[in-house]
Amino acid sequence: MSRQEPGWRELPRGAVSTKSTTEYETGDWGIEKPEIDRSKCTKCLLCHFYCPEGAIRVRDDGYTEVDLRHCKGCGICAEECPVKCIAMVRKK
Amino acid sequence: MKGQILMGLNGDEASAYATKQVNPDVVAAYPITPQTIIVERFSEYVADGEVETEFVAVESEHSALSSCVAAAAAGARAFTATAANGLALMWEITYIASSLRLPIVMAVANRALSGPINIHNDHSDSMGARDSGWIQIYCENSQEVYDASIAAWRIGEHPDVQLPVMVCLDGFTLSHTMENVLTLPDEAVRTFVGERKFIRVRGQSGETELRLNPEAPLTFGPLDLQDYYFEHKMQQVDAMEQALVAIPEVDAEYAKVSGREYGFIHPYMMEDAEVAVMGLGSTMGTVRHVVDQLREEGVKAGLLKLRVFRPFPSKELVKMVGDLPILGVLDKSASFGAPGGPLYEEVKTAFYDEAERPLIAGYIHGLGGRDTSPDLIRGVFESLLGVYERGEVRDKVSYVGVRQ
Amino acid sequence: MSELTMREAARKPDALAPGHRLCAGCDETIIVRMVLKATRGPIIVTSATGCLEVSTTIFPYTAWNVPWIHVAFENAAANASGIEAAWRAMRRKGSGPLAKYETLDVVAFAGDGGTYDIGLQALSGALERGHDFTYVLLDNEAYMNTGIQRSGGTPFAASTTTSPAGRVIPGKREWKKPIDEIVIAHEIPYVATLSAAWPIDVMRKARKAFEATGPAFLHAIVPCSRGWRYPEEKTIEVSRLAVQTCFFPLYECRLEKGRPIYELSAGSAAVAKRPESKKPVVEYLEIQGRFRHLFRPERREDLIKNIQDWVDNRWEMLLEKVG
Repeated sequence: MSRQEPGWRELPRGAVSTKSTTEYETGDWGIEKPEIDRSKCTKCLLCHFYCPEGAIRVRDDGYTEVDLRHCKGCGICAEECPVKCIAMVRKK
Repeated sequence: MKGQILMGLNGDEASAYATKQVNPDVVAAYPITPQTIIVERFSEYVADGEVETEFVAVESEHSALSSCVAAAAAGARAFTATAANGLALMWEITYIASSLRLPIVMAVANRALSGPINIHNDHSDSMGARDSGWIQIYCENSQEVYDASIAAWRIGEHPDVQLPVMVCLDGFTLSHTMENVLTLPDEAVRTFVGERKFIRVRGQSGETELRLNPEAPLTFGPLDLQDYYFEHKMQQVDAMEQALVAIPEVDAEYAKVSGREYGFIHPYMMEDAEVAVMGLGSTMGTVRHVVDQLREEGVKAGLLKLRVFRPFPSKELVKMVGDLPILGVLDKSASFGAPGGPLYEEVKTAFYDEAERPLIAGYIHGLGGRDTSPDLIRGVFESLLGVYERGEVRDKVSYVGVRQ
Repeated sequence: MSELTMREAARKPDALAPGHRLCAGCDETIIVRMVLKATRGPIIVTSATGCLEVSTTIFPYTAWNVPWIHVAFENAAANASGIEAAWRAMRRKGSGPLAKYETLDVVAFAGDGGTYDIGLQALSGALERGHDFTYVLLDNEAYMNTGIQRSGGTPFAASTTTSPAGRVIPGKREWKKPIDEIVIAHEIPYVATLSAAWPIDVMRKARKAFEATGPAFLHAIVPCSRGWRYPEEKTIEVSRLAVQTCFFPLYECRLEKGRPIYELSAGSAAVAKRPESKKPVVEYLEIQGRFRHLFRPERREDLIKNIQDWVDNRWEMLLEKVG
């Protein structure tokens, strides 16, 4: 074992999970990331609903924001945006 | 003990009655001979409003145990009962129940596994599940069924244990035979089992009770890769070790309430025995009868009735056997291709490294409800006396009562 | 019946956290997120073995922000029965940790494998017993988690690893099992079909399912970019086309005075209103690699027609039921 993982005495009984996947950053999966042009955005909120990760959150001002730590770059948001204000751009 | 009522109950009725007094939250069960009286009797209690239990008439044994698992995870006391192929059908879930550390109680009316289909008593069903991580208690008579069906809750729910418990009773021989049972008053049972208490674990929500809780979510039944499964299994190994300590604690408490003392192994006439037979379940009643006869004939016979098979009480066994020269082990199930029956193998293993150990011979009997008569048991003792005379075991394992 | 607006739903914290390991573009979590937006109070979730269950709970992680249990593959409905029974008993006793909840929504998620096939018995039993729970079928039309093997929910002619499009046999020879009819025949209060392409419809139906007293069944079409073979950004588009071609109509069936009352919804109501808008099923088939063999090396007009006839027949039967 290369990492120091817990021994059996340190794990919770019942084999219940110990941490949320929010700590597991899937943001490095994709080669593209979405960029939102808020000047065109109509705040329809569809991208928030269509994101399989739940990585597009709605801000207080009603616009959406992408959590790049978890975005897998699937491109559904860009594909489905009714006003095409989201572009998938290649990550550097 | 004062206040106990003598009732005529067969093994199934004893199980149902004790469970009625415990008043579990959920009973999810599917009928199978010879357990049917348990579910029928309990259904009557439900229909008559004598329990507050939610009775789930599931459509298979697999769903019976699944529903119990989920109910227990949700914080309920859950009970089920089965036999033979019903246990076989829920086999997958037995492992899951113990891995989730759920103190479910299940009555198993021991019956032969098909095929051919046979509805009569042997231990192939519960023996087939001996690796599943369940505590296993075997009962000799209805009284023991009644008592075990109450104590099982406290054993499984003991904070150091947290394991499901199988209460095994021989199908028909015990399940359908009426015997005298001293029953505790309802209040005494309620006080003894109390409310189910939960252990606390450090899960995703911090330190919380181990249950499905909307206010402190936990994830039960995750996927383990190669990096965690083994450690989770070690916890179950440890739980069984803890049960070796916890079971006598619960038994002692139960003795105070009932006046009946239980242990891992119940010896009879062992103080000066020269030849003894060990086994599980109702057959030991027949063995006791033969031991009495042999004693009258001057044979220093004895018996060891094993009550708890899982966890296997090796230390206790070695201590009780002491300097006994000859031990016969009765198995009411076979393991095809194995060196002997399951109990025989475990007993021999317990003694292998001991400096002092008896000559041990195994006898497989009673498969498919083949009657184990006093004469048959006599034959076993005679065979053991032959071993004594020779000073060696010639036939390690014999199959007795079968036509050659 | 309480309604939920997009705005309100968007503000609800997700029951499912990001960081799970489902494929990019997977529709399972899109549906799950939408359905769980419609919860009205405390919930307990149970999942059958499958893509969702496995990928959201790789130890030590979990994506579930709600109490959740996985037991095995074939027993999601039996688990839900047990949880519901536990709650009911505690309410009756007035004691036990769940006794304080006046409402507790028990939700079961299972795939087509865990529903059409190995899970059908447990589902049927739970429906017959009338437990108060919601069962959500996440139908990606094959055993995706184990490598795209066919299930009873796999459509005719689809190529899967156990019904491959070979030289002699062109994919699955059997038709998609009519699971909704089977469930409706159990005479439960509420049955509905879902497509993520109509989010408000999904949430509305989910809310109705939670509020129904007794069993509710939601059947979601869940395109799988890996198993159906299309570019992952097209997931919602594929789901939309399934409805627009009437391959997977959107409707509800509720029990009223012992009779099933059918109602079309969203995209299907639109097609019924303007029948000329019904798209030919070939538009749905040609964008999926699992139907590629119907077009290359040669166009299988015979099989495409079989599928169109099946779609048309079932659409007409549904229209008749709607009345």
